[in-house]
Amino acid sequence: MSKFAYVSVLLGCLVGTAWLEFFLRTNVYRRTIRLVLTILPVLIVFAIWDAYAIAQGHWTFDPRYVTGITTVANIPLDEILFFIVIPICAILSFEAVRSARNWDAGDEEAK
Amino acid sequence: MTYTELTLVGVLVVIALDLYVFKTKILRRKVFWVSYSIVIFFQLVTNGILTGFGIVEYDGNAIIGSSTPQDSPPPFIGDGRLVFAPIEDLLFGFCLIVLTLIMWIWLGRIGVQREPKSGPPRKSVERFLGTK
Repeated sequence: MSKFAYVSVLLGCLVGTAWLEFFLRTNVYRRTIRLVLTILPVLIVFAIWDAYAIAQGHWTFDPRYVTGITTVANIPLDEILFFIVIPICAILSFEAVRSARNWDAGDEEAK
Repeated sequence: MTYTELTLVGVLVVIALDLYVFKTKILRRKVFWVSYSIVIFFQLVTNGILTGFGIVEYDGNAIIGSSTPQDSPPPFIGDGRLVFAPIEDLLFGFCLIVLTLIMWIWLGRIGVQREPKSGPPRKSVERFLGTK
């Protein structure tokens, strides 16, 4: 355990889902603009929630296990990365199920 | 507001955004519930690491359960926790994932990189899944 403990978990999430892009041809990373435009508003909303929770003391981070780099409103860099990595994993999982089962999700071309 | 209250409000907000504001209606789709049940398993694992090792610690005043103990892991299950994490985290995760998928599907609907669409899986995966 080190100050890279938190980011290691996030790295594990990225590595653990990366195979979906190749083997299920999810094409999530390939749709980079859509991916970035999805993450941006989500990141802003959850950074505000996080800033409030940190200010109120809802949760704290053990300084031994986080990078120690803080961003706006005392939010650790580790948390910002969390709000980027988890959405990527969620979209990859969603698109992987869609690939495997060929189910509609509501964004198809009008038939 | 406490963390408990915020997560309950958050869940109502994302449901309203999905069904009535963006009208993406992913909550009515099989693809969402199947992928969410996969995600929730991995959420319990990764969040269990973050909370079980005390990387992230919680204040008992903000959650249903007690504060994360200083020198020992929180309960694996019980005292408002599931796999070390406050049960509020499940609702927090639900909000994060649903909001993400609302944005993703909404952008697709308005025509932002609908292509290249997902699938089909590689032949080896299709054989494994028994779909070919």
